[in-house]
Amino acid sequence: MKDRVSKVYHGFGLPRLIISAFLLTLIIVAAGTELSVPGLLSDALVRIGQNGIYVLAMVPSIQAGAGLNFGLPLGVIAGMVGVLVSMENSLLGLGGFAVALLVAIPLGVVAGYLYSLLLNRVAGQEMMVGTYVGFSIVAGMCIFWLMAPFKNPALIWPVGGQGLRVTLTLADTFGGTLNNFLNVKLFGLTIPTGLLLFYALLAFLLWLFLRSKPGVAMEVVGRNPRFAVASGLNINAYRSVGITLSTVLAAVGYVVYAQSFGFAQLYNGPLMTAFPAVAAVLIGGASTREAKVRHAVIGVVLFQTLLTVAMPVTNQLIEGNISEIARVIVSNGMILYALTRVTGGEQA
Amino acid sequence: MSKVKRILSRNAVPILFAIVCLLGVFYANRPFQFLLMEIVKRMARNSFLVLSLIIPVVAGMGLNFGIVLGALAGQIALILSTHWEWAGIGGLALTALLATPLAVLFGTLAGLVLNKAKGREMITSMVMGFFANGVYQFIFLFLVGTLIPFDNPALRISTSPGLRNTVDLTRVRGVLDNIWTVQYGFTKIPIVTFLVIALLAVAIWAFFKTKLGQDFRAVGQDRHIASVAGIQTDRNRVLAIVFSTVLAAWGQIIFLQNIGTLNTYNSHEQVGTFAIAALLIGGASVTRATIGQALMGTFLFHVLFVVSPSAGQTIFGSAQVGEYFRVFVAYGIIAISLALHAWRGKSLGKASMEEDVSA
Repeated sequence: MKDRVSKVYHGFGLPRLIISAFLLTLIIVAAGTELSVPGLLSDALVRIGQNGIYVLAMVPSIQAGAGLNFGLPLGVIAGMVGVLVSMENSLLGLGGFAVALLVAIPLGVVAGYLYSLLLNRVAGQEMMVGTYVGFSIVAGMCIFWLMAPFKNPALIWPVGGQGLRVTLTLADTFGGTLNNFLNVKLFGLTIPTGLLLFYALLAFLLWLFLRSKPGVAMEVVGRNPRFAVASGLNINAYRSVGITLSTVLAAVGYVVYAQSFGFAQLYNGPLMTAFPAVAAVLIGGASTREAKVRHAVIGVVLFQTLLTVAMPVTNQLIEGNISEIARVIVSNGMILYALTRVTGGEQA
Repeated sequence: MSKVKRILSRNAVPILFAIVCLLGVFYANRPFQFLLMEIVKRMARNSFLVLSLIIPVVAGMGLNFGIVLGALAGQIALILSTHWEWAGIGGLALTALLATPLAVLFGTLAGLVLNKAKGREMITSMVMGFFANGVYQFIFLFLVGTLIPFDNPALRISTSPGLRNTVDLTRVRGVLDNIWTVQYGFTKIPIVTFLVIALLAVAIWAFFKTKLGQDFRAVGQDRHIASVAGIQTDRNRVLAIVFSTVLAAWGQIIFLQNIGTLNTYNSHEQVGTFAIAALLIGGASVTRATIGQALMGTFLFHVLFVVSPSAGQTIFGSAQVGEYFRVFVAYGIIAISLALHAWRGKSLGKASMEEDVSA
């Protein structure tokens, strides 16, 4: 029994136990106030499914040795174009969702592959270069959104006939298609089954890929490049696979995020998307050198539940909206911790 | 001929941007007096902050995205000085004095953290800036007025916790700039502010002639050799960040006395990005930065900033395109410089690895 406890403890890790305990305390506190605990947990479930794929996207990039993928906005923008093309044609429901994915995925492959060519040349500085490549693309795309040839009046500014709006609603097209699919209510809890199933499917596919032959080869490349060369593996090719996969997951992640959130926020909307995802995978137990699907899943569950539950509970105790600031402090603190922990590495 | 070629290739970035700026000025088609006024104002405002980046670059720590911490120290001092109603140039000097110990503290902490993240200084300093910003917001948006008693109608709205979004800095507005101004057309040239900037430039130049300055250079060139030569590399690295942070605190105070209002929660956010973009546009790199590059870069970056909206209006029929374009340039130049640095670093690393093998 003692062995088993210690095994669980070491597998799960102290930080995660502390966060879980803190979460439990918050939920108990919430039960004491007029807040509805099932309501909070339902919100948490939606946010887990909504953000989960971004966090999954961190796994292949870390495993391939490219570190945390701060260039996530690249994939997000591919997803955005997919959503916009689908909305431009006023496609509804699952069809709209599917078309958005069909456009987003090839774009993600192209963007991710080009991005990986760059990252292969700057090995060792991927995180810093990635951050600013992401920022530049977001800023550059702002110009594109202004001049893009979209014609649907629901998308563009009413005056001038050109330029996409800052915030678009998906309510009339495919907002909530996954969330409402097989939606069940249990003990006051609303479960977005479709959303969670889709997330679980992707997590499973990624898990399967990491166990396949190319997945294992990618891990070797990331873990020990010299050994990989000695074994005849093409380092750059496998790094490209990891980075491209990460970008494609980000693209799919955006389509899922947008349909769940119900709005698409263009322009500077995707600027900081990488940071909460990076923080979540680190909270889940990953490092800049090693990440498993398990880390991504645990991370997003803990991080998003923490944010969803902490906000209303603290609002009961202190005035004002603290959630945004809490997110900034927790996520950046976590990233800072991870960056200072690895010694002797040459990653930046 | 080869000399000309070398000068051109060494200064490729500033030359390219000078061309872009000239095109911008041409298409913007704004009166010369307007441009001069804007550029003089912005040079006076920003040069000090850009200069504060030089020391860590020379000490081998790359671009210090953590000058945000210095800017925060400056802002905290300004908030307190507004509360105590310090006024005039004496008040501003006292504010700078008050900011110094705060900046030393922040800089020391930052330096210690960065010593734990060698080779990853830039991303760490950037995340540290975000983190410090979160803590700052937590203190001034939540703790002030709840846990920290603070009642001053100039700074707070009594009905909700936290400071006002914008704080009027009436008592110190322009006190440095207006000591002595020379009028040229519409342009008021703040002589004293430029003297302060010149003084800092000279001080940085002189500093690198001292023993400590030479040590910084040695640490920047090769940490290993420097430590073998008996230089305390870790201590020197912390010192470099402390200097940079203190200078950034003063720089932010100069910046804000020129603007005259403090945007409590976002005056400092872009400090690092814009100062770094300016430095890089001047032709600096992650490992090399000079005073001339800093000043040249500040000039070019702000010319671009001023003309972008009007040029965008002329070329694309939309001022917004120009506004997004200048942000794109700021981020893009940083991305390109970082990539080029890493690219070169990688090929150097490869060369040394091959040497290892042959030896």
